[in-house]
Amino acid sequence: MSTCSVSKGCFVFKPSPKKRRVSQKTAIHFGEGENDSEDRELRFDTCQSLWNQIKLETEQIQEDLNKQLLDNLVSFLRRSHSDFQEKKTEWTCRMKSREIPTAALVLGVNVTDHDLTFRNLSEALRNNITPYIALLEAKDCPGVKNLMQKLMGQLMNCSTDVVSLEDEDSVQVSQNRIRCSMNSLIDWYKSVTKKTDSETLSKKRTSSSRHQQSPPVVVIFKDMESFTTKVLQDFIVISSQHIRELPLVLIFGIATSPMIIHSLLPHSVSSLLCIELFQSLSCKEHLSTVIDKLLLTSRFPFKLGEKVLQVLINIFLYHDFSVWNFIKGFQLCIVEHFYSQPLSVLCCQRADAKKRVNSLSHDQCENIRRLPSFRRYVERQEAEKQIALLTADNFLKETTQKLLEDLHVYHENYVSVLRCLHVFTCSLPKYPLGKQIRELHCACLENQVWETEDYESFLQLARMLNKSDLETMLQQCVEILVSSSGNEFDKAIGKLKEFLTQFHKLEAEAFQEQDVSVSSQKELQKKTDLYHLQKTLLELKDSRRSKKLTKFEMLRFEVVDYIDSLVRNYLVPADHKTLHEIVYFNTASVLRGHLNAAPRIALHTALNNPYSYLKNEALKSDGGSISNKAPDICIVYKLHLECGRLINLVDWLEAFSTVVTAVEGPNADAASSDQVDDIIHARFIRAVSELELLGFIKPSKQKTDHVARLTWGGC
Amino acid sequence: MRRLSGKGRGALEVKFVPDEEVLKHIADDAGIKLRKDKAQPAVSVKRFVKKLENISDDEAQEILEEKDYVAALGICAQDPVGNGSSVSGGEVYSFKSPKRSSRLAELERSSRVQQRNKKKEFVSTTPYRLRKRLAAPDPYLESESEYSASCSEEEDEEDQKEDNTVLSGQKTPAKTKAASTPPPGNTLAKKNKENKMSNLVEEYFEAHSSSKVLTSDRTLQKLRRRRLSQQTLHDLLKKAPLAYAAEIKELNQLHESLFSKWMLQLHLGFNIVLYGLGSKRDLLEKFRTSLLQDSVHLVINGYFPSITVRSILNSITEEVLDHIGTFRSPLDQLDFIIERFKEDSSLELYVLIHNLDSQMLRGERSQQILAQLSSLPSIYLIASVDHINAPLMWDQAKLSLYNWLWYETTTFSPYVEETSYENSLLVQQSGSLALSSLTHVLRSLTLNARGIFRLLARYQLENKDNPSYPGLSFQDFYQQCREAFLVNSDLTLRAQLTEFRDHKLIRTKRGADGVEYLLIPVDDSTLTDFLEKEDEDV
Repeated sequence: MSTCSVSKGCFVFKPSPKKRRVSQKTAIHFGEGENDSEDRELRFDTCQSLWNQIKLETEQIQEDLNKQLLDNLVSFLRRSHSDFQEKKTEWTCRMKSREIPTAALVLGVNVTDHDLTFRNLSEALRNNITPYIALLEAKDCPGVKNLMQKLMGQLMNCSTDVVSLEDEDSVQVSQNRIRCSMNSLIDWYKSVTKKTDSETLSKKRTSSSRHQQSPPVVVIFKDMESFTTKVLQDFIVISSQHIRELPLVLIFGIATSPMIIHSLLPHSVSSLLCIELFQSLSCKEHLSTVIDKLLLTSRFPFKLGEKVLQVLINIFLYHDFSVWNFIKGFQLCIVEHFYSQPLSVLCCQRADAKKRVNSLSHDQCENIRRLPSFRRYVERQEAEKQIALLTADNFLKETTQKLLEDLHVYHENYVSVLRCLHVFTCSLPKYPLGKQIRELHCACLENQVWETEDYESFLQLARMLNKSDLETMLQQCVEILVSSSGNEFDKAIGKLKEFLTQFHKLEAEAFQEQDVSVSSQKELQKKTDLYHLQKTLLELKDSRRSKKLTKFEMLRFEVVDYIDSLVRNYLVPADHKTLHEIVYFNTASVLRGHLNAAPRIALHTALNNPYSYLKNEALKSDGGSISNKAPDICIVYKLHLECGRLINLVDWLEAFSTVVTAVEGPNADAASSDQVDDIIHARFIRAVSELELLGFIKPSKQKTDHVARLTWGGC
Repeated sequence: MRRLSGKGRGALEVKFVPDEEVLKHIADDAGIKLRKDKAQPAVSVKRFVKKLENISDDEAQEILEEKDYVAALGICAQDPVGNGSSVSGGEVYSFKSPKRSSRLAELERSSRVQQRNKKKEFVSTTPYRLRKRLAAPDPYLESESEYSASCSEEEDEEDQKEDNTVLSGQKTPAKTKAASTPPPGNTLAKKNKENKMSNLVEEYFEAHSSSKVLTSDRTLQKLRRRRLSQQTLHDLLKKAPLAYAAEIKELNQLHESLFSKWMLQLHLGFNIVLYGLGSKRDLLEKFRTSLLQDSVHLVINGYFPSITVRSILNSITEEVLDHIGTFRSPLDQLDFIIERFKEDSSLELYVLIHNLDSQMLRGERSQQILAQLSSLPSIYLIASVDHINAPLMWDQAKLSLYNWLWYETTTFSPYVEETSYENSLLVQQSGSLALSSLTHVLRSLTLNARGIFRLLARYQLENKDNPSYPGLSFQDFYQQCREAFLVNSDLTLRAQLTEFRDHKLIRTKRGADGVEYLLIPVDDSTLTDFLEKEDEDV
C-alpha cells in the first residue's frame, strides 16, 4: 500500500494479528549491523540496569532536595485547614473572612523540571493532607467552564477511588452528567465529607485515617503565567464566595517571579487571596548535587569524558537550565557508549567485570589490543611481555583484570583528591580553577591540570593563605580522605594531621616573634619625611627578598607542596590511563549533533557547498563562484542571494538557464534548444518550489511574477 | 607623613597616617598585585594569540566571539556525515554570497592578508547594494562612508574610508595603506558583538524600509514560453537525469545504516527528528518497509494540504484503537487515546510524520497535541522537518515532551511528493487546475449559460487594466444578456447565476451603493486561456 494520495494524509498499517510480534525485544536493535555483535544482549542488559540504577538515584536526589519545600507546604496546608475546622462552629467569625489561602510556589525558569516537582507534591499531599487534589494546566482551561469541568472531573475521580476502597456500592457519579457549577461542587464535597465522617465515627478508625476531618480541596495551577487573566480572576472571585462551605486552597506554580500574581490579577481580586510564598530549590544546586552523586562517585562504573560533560553542562547553562534534560543527555551518553563500544561489556561492577574478562572471546581480546591506550601500555613493557600480551589471550585477560582494578582504584582516589583540591580552590579569590567542583573536574579531565596557568596561579594564591583558613581546609581534607573508600590514603591522612599539629605548635612560638617585629615597627613610626620612608621601603624590600622565611611560611610551603604532590599523583587525566575507553564516553560530537543540532547550518552548508555532502570532484569549487555543475537547488539558492527583497521570477529563470547552459552554450544545436529550454524551465520550477518549501521565499502579491525573500542580509 | 584620605563634599578631611601603615599598605598590596597580574595577562594574551591563529582567511570575523562557545560545546567533527556542524553561526546568518566580479575578487586577494575578513565580508555580502552605490554620483560618497562605519566592525575611521576607496575601484592605495592597519585591540571581541547586532538590525531595515522595489518589470506572460501543467512538468523532470545519483545513493546508504539505532532509541523513550536538505520521504519509507512491517504504524503526510490534527487523532482512535464514536474536542480525543495506551501496555504505535513543520501542522495547538501524543512511552514518533525556521515551533515545554534526538540526514533528493500539491507551487501552474475545472463545469451547461459566462469573462478582461474595477453590476449584465438574446427575464439570469455561484465560478459583491457586482475569481491569464479555448470549440 502506497502512502501517496491526493485525498488522504494519514495511513494506518495494521499487520495481521498472527504476524504481529507482540513484544519486540528492544535488544534486537542493539548493536545490529556491527561485526562484533556478540555480547550484545549482555551489553544491553548492563546498559539497562545501569540506567535504571541511575534513574532511581536521580529520583531519590530530587526527592531529598524537595523534602524541605514539601514539608513547608504540607504544614502550610495543615494550618489553613485547621483554621477551617476550628471556625466551623463559629459562623460569625467565618462570615468575615473571604480570603482563599494560597501558596505561591516559585519554581524557576526550567519549566521542564516542574512536572516532576508537581508529581512529588501531589503525592505528598495525597499522603498527608487530603485526597482532593486537582492539577490544572493552562492549555486545558481556555475558559472558566472548562476549568470547572476539569476540576470537578479530577476531584470526583479521586474521591471515588478512595471511597471505592472502603465500600463498593458507593454512588458512581459520571462527571458528564453533573452540571459543572460551584454549587454542585459544594454538594459533592458535603456528601463526601459526611460519609467519611460517619464512617470514621462508626468504625472508630481514627488511627487509620491519615486525613483529618473535612480535608481541604487543593487546586494546583501548574503554570500560572500562561492562564488567561480572565479565567483566573473569575475562578478566584467565584470560589471566594463559597470559601465558607468549601475549604479551598490554591497553589500557584510560578516560573518567573512572585510579582506576576499582582500583574496578572487586579487588586480587587488579589485581595481575596491570602498568599504565602514558597521557593523551590534552584536548578543550579540541583545540578551540582546530581553531578556530585552521579559523576563524582565510584558507585557507577560509567564515566563521562571531559568534552561530553562540557556539552551537557553548556546545554544546561546556555539553553534550558533543565536538570531533567541533563539527565536525559546522560542517558543518551550511556546508550551511545554501550551501543558503539563493544568492550563496554566490561563497564560494570568490579566483581562482574572479573568474571566477564575471563569469558571474553578471542575477537573481544583483539578489540582490547586495538585500543589506543592499551597499545601505549604495551609499548612500555619489555619485549617478552609485549609478545605475551599480543599473542596469549589468557595472559591478556589477566592483565586486563589487573588494569581494570587499577582503573577502579584510580577513580576512587581521584574523587577524594579532587574534593580536597576543591576545598582549596573554592575559597581563593577569583577562583582560578573554577568555583564549582564540576569546573575543576573538567579541568582535571581535560589535561594534566598542574601544567595549566590556572593551576600555577592557584599554587601562588594558596601560598598566601592565612593560618586559620589553612587549618580549616586541612581539617576538611582530612575528613574527606577519612571518609573515602580508597585505602591508599592512610599516609596522606597522617601527613595532613602532622601538618595540623605543627600549626598548633607554631602558635606558641608566634608570640615570641611578635615581640621582635613590634619593636622594629616602632622604629619606623618615628620617621615622618618622605625621603626616609622611601629608604626604609627599599631596605625592607631588599630584606624581604633575602629574609629567611618564618616558620609558618615554611610550613605553608610544605603544605602546598604536599597538596601539589597529591594532585600530581592522583589527578592524572583519565585518558592517560590504560583501558579508559571501556568506561569513558568521549564522542562529544555525536551527543552535540543529537541534542543541540543546528538544522539551519546544515541546510546552509548543503546549499552553499554541496561538496561537503556529495563527494564528487566536479563539485569541488573555490567557494566563490556559482558552479553550473552544482545541483539545481544550490544554483537557484545562490542566485537568490544576489537579490533584494523581491525577486523577479523571469530574471531569475533567465539567470538560472544562463548558468546551467554555460558549458554547452555554443555547441548546443538550435533545433533541440526549445526542448532543452523546457527541461530547464521545469528544473527551475522544481528548485524554486523546493526553496519555498524550505522557507527561503514565498509568493508575493506586490508585483506580478515576483517572490519575496524571507531571509535578509547580503541583500 | 600625611595623606588625604577621603574627599568630603565641602570640607577636606586630613588625617595623620603613620609611616608603617603606609608601608604595610604599599608592601602588601604590591606583593599580591604583582603576583596576580603576572598570571592574568599571560593567560589572556595567550588566548588572544590562539584566537588570532584560528582565524583562517576564509572564516568570518564573527567566529571570534562564537569560538569560545562553540569550542566549549566541543567541535570535533567526526560526524558520520559531516562537516555541517563545524560552521559557525555567524557565517550562516550573514549569508555570505559569492562574488562573481573578478575585479572584486582580485582586489580581495590583494587586501586579504592585511585587512582580514572584515572587508571581504563587506564586499561579498552586498553585491546588489554595491552595484547600486557604485552607480551613485559623487556626493553620495559622504553617506556611504557613514554607512560603512556602522557596517564594518573594527577598523578605525581612516580605514573605513579606505574600504570605500577600495570599493570604488582604486586599487593601489588600498594595498599600501592597508598594510598600516593597526593591530586590533583587546576589546575587539566584545565590540564586535555589539556592532554585529546593530549591523543585523540595520540590514533588516535596509531590506525592508523602502517600499520601492528595484526589479525589472518583466513578467512570465511576456515570455514566449507556454505554461507547464503538473503532468508535463512531471514528465519533463523525469527526462532530466538526476545529478549525482551515485553520491546521493551513497549518502542514503549511510543514513540507512542508522535504522537499527533509530529503533533502539525510539524504544528507549526518545523520539527522532530528521533534518537536512533533500526529501526524507524515501528514507522514512524505506525505514518503514524494512523495519515496521510487523507492527502497527501510522504514516502522516504533513505536506498534504488538508491534513489536520483531527484527522490524525481520528485515524488513531478509529483505525488503531477500533473505537466507534465521536469526541467533542481534540483534547477529549487525546485524553481518550492517552487513557487507552496507559491501560493497555501491549499497545504499541509507530508514528511517521513527513514534514512535521508543514503549514497545517505548525500551529501551536497541533504541535501541543502531537507533542503530548509523542510523550506516551508506547508511541514512537519519527518525523522530518525541512523549513529553516522549524525549530521555532517548539518551546521548552514542547521540546521536553517531544524529547527529540536530532539526526542530520541530508539526502539531496528532490522534494517530489512534497511539492506536488497545487498550493505548494509558485504561480507558474496555479492556473492550470482552475482552467481545467472551468472548462469541465462549463461543458456540462447549456449553450446559453456558456454564453452568459463568456459575456462576463469578456467584460472582465476588457477592464483588466482598471485596478478599481468592481465587477459587472447585475443590471448592466442583464441588459447585455438580453441584447445577446441569452435570457428573457431577470429570473432566468438569477437562476443561472445561482448555478455559477454553486460551482464557485463567480462571486458577488455588494458595492457601496448597494448594487450587486459580479466577478469571476480567476486570474486574467487563465481567463484569457479559457476564452481562447472556448473560441476554438465554438
